[in-house]
Amino acid sequence: MPVADTIPGQDAPVAPTIRVQEAPFDLAAEAAALTAGRADVGGVASFVGISRADDGLAALVLEHYPGMTERAIARIAEEACARWPLTGCTVIHRVGRLPPGEPIVLVLTASSHRAAALESCAFLIDWLKTGAPFWKREEFADGRPERWVEAKADDDAAAARWNAGAAA
Amino acid sequence: MRVLYFAWVRQRVGLAEEEVAPPPEVTDIAGLMAWLGTRSPSHAEAFAQGKQIRAAVNQEFAAPGDPVRTGDEVAFFPPVTGG
Repeated sequence: MPVADTIPGQDAPVAPTIRVQEAPFDLAAEAAALTAGRADVGGVASFVGISRADDGLAALVLEHYPGMTERAIARIAEEACARWPLTGCTVIHRVGRLPPGEPIVLVLTASSHRAAALESCAFLIDWLKTGAPFWKREEFADGRPERWVEAKADDDAAAARWNAGAAA
Repeated sequence: MRVLYFAWVRQRVGLAEEEVAPPPEVTDIAGLMAWLGTRSPSHAEAFAQGKQIRAAVNQEFAAPGDPVRTGDEVAFFPPVTGG
């Protein structure tokens, strides 16, 4: 394994944590991991996306493109680390069947200062909506046929405001 | 060439993936979509919605005019809805 080329006294390069999984995630444990063993973190921003009970929804069922999805998230996380002075970054996206109230996605960004943490967290979730290969299907409690969620122009606009070169 | 389908494209085609050998005149994504649409009535139904289908070549997002070659992994899917 190559050793990271760091200058003594300078921050080590940030290695984003990226996971796609069916299992729930632990927000507190993931946030603690971003501050463990370092004293330069001034704030951790978090976003937790949750399956919402719209219109008689019984569950969202999420699928992804194994391999491509992780690479796409890693690329945009690296872009966030290049744009903002982050000390850490975690993106965990769940797949499978997620009833209302179940967390879907976790974005954490840590930095010495709040603006970098808050802005990069918003950047990452906006981009995840439009640039990472996930698809959501809705199942209903009343026997209506399932349907695929359609992409929203609002989400495209939200991602476009960051002018992300790596976005699709 | 390995072709993967996701979400409603997979449901309509009726396959998650297949190995295909398109003729030499198929050189780009748009041409591959047109050719795949001739493989079965299910393929035809899926690719009739071609304007709503996005693509990736070797796990990178691709445009209709992007090239496809023997040995590529090509995926077709609806616009993404994660987050």
